[in-house]
Amino acid sequence: MPLPALAGTSLVLVTAALLLVFFVVPNDADQGFSQRIFYFHVSIAFTAYACFAAGAWKALVHLWKRDSRADLESYVAIHQGVIFGVLVLATGSIWAKISWGHWWLWSENQLVLFLVLFLFYAAYFMLRFSVDPGPQRANLCAVYALFGVVLIPVSFLAIRLAQRFIHPVVFTRHGPSFGGWILVAYLVSQAALFSLAYTLYRLELSGKRLDARLRELRRAYA
Amino acid sequence: MTTAERYVTAAYCTIFAVVLLYVVIIALKLQRLEREVDALASAASREHEDEREPVQVG
Repeated sequence: MPLPALAGTSLVLVTAALLLVFFVVPNDADQGFSQRIFYFHVSIAFTAYACFAAGAWKALVHLWKRDSRADLESYVAIHQGVIFGVLVLATGSIWAKISWGHWWLWSENQLVLFLVLFLFYAAYFMLRFSVDPGPQRANLCAVYALFGVVLIPVSFLAIRLAQRFIHPVVFTRHGPSFGGWILVAYLVSQAALFSLAYTLYRLELSGKRLDARLRELRRAYA
Repeated sequence: MTTAERYVTAAYCTIFAVVLLYVVIIALKLQRLEREVDALASAASREHEDEREPVQVG
């Protein structure tokens, strides 16, 4: 799909999601109005996981086929994951403050494990920019990105393995613990966030590819 | 505005601000790349002009 069409789709989906969240979905019986953070907070969290997983997949493709394009794609996907990770932590903290009365709880495994996952991938950039560009850097970064993917299921399952927790579980073995307009609003929000992340990924990737080609051209011209 | 409404607004404004900041940064980078392409293209056309040998007319 061309980038303008993708951007248009994202805009339509995000607008639809916001309309559903603020004008259609009823107030939650337990948390009231503040539960409306859930729709984007959870969608952003799954989007961040998907970006990290995509980054690891591209890293595997790079190691497997020695494709330099896969290295750049892995880097951009992890960059997206870190940006969405910042949003998960920010929206989660705001929701925690209103629901639990604290900005952060170190006793919560889900929160701490997500922070570990986020910091692990944030450190990816320290590694990438401390090594000179070339095959060695691409290989090191690919191996690092692959190691991080182990943390995704751990982070996701932490809440299910914990004995004592206050972080809500909305996706159980029997499916989501909600239905009706709440489920519709969540699904539209999730589609909107996936679409937005993919649009931003394509946008950043095209910029990075253009930058690389321009650098090659300048080198050839000099 | 209730406290809950203020927090929900803050959460959605944070998302909007971060996405907007990201798009602005990418747009600035693309503008820089466009300027570099223009500079490279004009340097190439100048060189092409210089390489043309003068010919006797008439």
